[in-house]
Amino acid sequence: MEQLALFFALIFLIILGYILGKGRAVALSGHAYHPLHSRLPYYGLYTAIWCGLPSLLLMAGWMAFEPAIAEAIVSSKLSASNQNLTSDQITLYVNDVINLASGGIISREVNNDLQAATDSYIFFRQISYFAMAVVAISLSLGGLFSSLKSISPDLRARNKVEKIISVVMMACSTIAILTTVGIVFSLIFETLRFFNKVPLTEFLFGLHWSPQTALRTDQVGGSGSFGAVPLFAGTMLITFISMVVAVPVGLMSAIYMSEYAGKKFRAFAKPLLEILAGIPTVVYGFFAALTVAPFFRNSGEFFGLDVSSESALAAGMVMGIMIIPFISSLSDDVMNSVPQSLRDASYAMGATKSETITKVILPAALPGIVGAVLLAMSRAIGETMIVVMAAGLAANLTANPLEAVTTVTVQIVTLLVGDQEFDSAKTLAAFALGLLLFIVTLAMNIVALKVVRKYREKYD
Amino acid sequence: MELNPPLEIDKALLKKRNAAETRFKLYGLAAVLTAVLVLGLLLTSIVSKGYTAFEQTYILLDVRLDQATIDPKGTGRQEDLAAASYRGILRDALKEQFPEAESRNEKRSLYGLVGSAAEYDLRNAVLENPKLVGTTATIAVKASDDVDSYIKGFIPRDVPQSDRKIKDQELGWLDTLEADDRVIKKFNIDFFTHADSREPEEAGILGAVIGSLYTLAITLALCFPIGVLTAIYLEEFAPRNRWTDIIEVNINNLAAVPSIVFGLLGLAIFLNFFGLPRSAPLVGGMVLALMTLPTIIIASRAALKAVPPSIREAALGMGASRMQTVFHHVFPLAMPGILTGTILGMAQALGETAPLLMIGMVAFIADIPGSINDAATVLPVQIFLWADSPERGFVEKTSAAIMVLLAFLVVMNAIAVLLRKRFERRW
Repeated sequence: MEQLALFFALIFLIILGYILGKGRAVALSGHAYHPLHSRLPYYGLYTAIWCGLPSLLLMAGWMAFEPAIAEAIVSSKLSASNQNLTSDQITLYVNDVINLASGGIISREVNNDLQAATDSYIFFRQISYFAMAVVAISLSLGGLFSSLKSISPDLRARNKVEKIISVVMMACSTIAILTTVGIVFSLIFETLRFFNKVPLTEFLFGLHWSPQTALRTDQVGGSGSFGAVPLFAGTMLITFISMVVAVPVGLMSAIYMSEYAGKKFRAFAKPLLEILAGIPTVVYGFFAALTVAPFFRNSGEFFGLDVSSESALAAGMVMGIMIIPFISSLSDDVMNSVPQSLRDASYAMGATKSETITKVILPAALPGIVGAVLLAMSRAIGETMIVVMAAGLAANLTANPLEAVTTVTVQIVTLLVGDQEFDSAKTLAAFALGLLLFIVTLAMNIVALKVVRKYREKYD
Repeated sequence: MELNPPLEIDKALLKKRNAAETRFKLYGLAAVLTAVLVLGLLLTSIVSKGYTAFEQTYILLDVRLDQATIDPKGTGRQEDLAAASYRGILRDALKEQFPEAESRNEKRSLYGLVGSAAEYDLRNAVLENPKLVGTTATIAVKASDDVDSYIKGFIPRDVPQSDRKIKDQELGWLDTLEADDRVIKKFNIDFFTHADSREPEEAGILGAVIGSLYTLAITLALCFPIGVLTAIYLEEFAPRNRWTDIIEVNINNLAAVPSIVFGLLGLAIFLNFFGLPRSAPLVGGMVLALMTLPTIIIASRAALKAVPPSIREAALGMGASRMQTVFHHVFPLAMPGILTGTILGMAQALGETAPLLMIGMVAFIADIPGSINDAATVLPVQIFLWADSPERGFVEKTSAAIMVLLAFLVVMNAIAVLLRKRFERRW
């Protein structure tokens, strides 16, 4: 809340800067023989930017780094006073201090030491907040006055403002790069730590997945093995089922919509297909878990089959439904870009519509359709909520769609949801799986885009 | 010279080909109808499971509100009235209604007919109308979630008692109550005004809706300016060189990165490195902003590209700088397209669940969040949490929450479509 107050104070100063800067320019503009270089608003913007930008940057930096610094100070104080604590105990203690400071529930009794540490933590944060506020406001006022002073008819305000705006735009466009770099670094860093504990070969080729590591040495069943092959197999099984549903239905509906359907039918059916694409995945997950899975289970019982209530079939089918609009809209685009001359030539030879489609258009559009299917597959592999809600948790190595399997994304969620220590192999395994997911989907996308692009060049 | 014999038409082959043509067309129609049918099935199953959640079962009880137990000093002040023990009064009323319940177990199941927070219904009734004190009033209190499910017909009577949440004795009591017209259904206002609760009859979606609002506000505040400025830079200013190529490829690839990976990024960078608070809409909004950014950039670039070059040339010809050309002429003309893309991106962010699970927005939170730093949850995560709950009462709540979420999405998409129809210009 305090930050918010400061933020509004800065906004107020920025608006004030704009008004003052513009007013100063207006006062100067009376000279007929010495006209202003730029239009009036640019002087206002010039002042406003100098008034706001430095202090807002400072505030953003402070908000990003201050909590971590405060935490580091508490833990360094603690480790200075109690040498015999392990680093884990210190982390726990520091967490308690922070929770107590924010009025939360903590895991131990509040004694004098803890209270003192908490008080000093709160004190530090207040001091740092006030220091930051003072610096920010004075930066802002300093910028305001110095820029006001520098306003003269000769000041090239427009050029300066435009320079700053173009720098800001460039900075914005690098955020996309920074995101990718952030993803890669955060995943690689934790993954390397994981492979310090578990060998890469076990992870990639091991057949047994049970990530529960033992808390005590004498505990039963906490072996903690990280062979991810069952996860890959489960992911592939569910992806395969979803493709079996989505590719024929999506492709055929694209063909029907673009080649056969009348205007009225298209106007009715196309939005409906788009609705399928807009439904949140958690809704599909609920549908899969509460409607489709019991339906398969009951019909399996009817035919004397033992269908698991978390069968890969249910999750895969619902995922296929989710992907139908994706495939149909992509392949619609691809088929529309097949030149009309090919169609006309085929009709002129006496081919029927369906013969033209299957023998001329589809082969010509094939690379694009392959690209669409690849994109759809990468989406199916990365899809999370449907499988979290409808697929199983136990890592079975099976190709039977009626049994429960688990997937990479399900395991990432189960490993990371809830309380966790950040350096156990269990938590780090999630990052290794995430890195793998990222690499596989990225590779599929690059290949798909390449295929699509290569094809497009052919007819342009 | 002999003329070519007339072309022989193989009637049988033609028939076959025409049949194949019809079949093919039918396959296509079947595919479209399958997709539409599944959509219908999905929506029907959700509506049919969820519409009952908008009603809540109440039990009318004759409650004796003695002056001595509620307000012994007779002050009539609100605090004193609020401090009384309404649980006891409620239990007495139940015992009076069904004096045959004598053993401990029987009494416990009798008290279980009303919801665990039913005493607050009673308290609120008294606070609203303090004149009731000293009289015996008929007051509607919330039924428990099992009773609610039974009254709505989700618990069948004709199964063995051991497989049923409502036992035979409770059924008897409920029959008596129903015969007396003491079981009524009211519009479930609490569903829209309460935050999450462990008790299905008390749980509502307001906390999640507010959490979603905060999260989306952060997302919008971050990704709209950044996305639009990036799009303008790439489309209007960037030199065609290696660096901008890298940025472009990057944005296209980011658009296809699985959303859960953004959650991992948020967990590793925002939570563990920068030490931002767990479960907070601030972090959720930041993660969703990174996820939505490619969508907005791509849509904005398409909108900017659609503005014809003649506009730019005219502005430049009048002596405007490139910056003025873009911000005074091109950008306003591209605005409808940009806004449409932004709304669609926001709709996508509103429905997103997986990355938020990673940053701890999945906790049970019974308070309505008051700021962007408070622990909060969002609507889709609330749906996920309720879908995981074993109580029967949460099934209808989940479906109802889905209906609310879909309603929000429909409104957002309708606005986007309207914007496109109303303002988009064809050049």
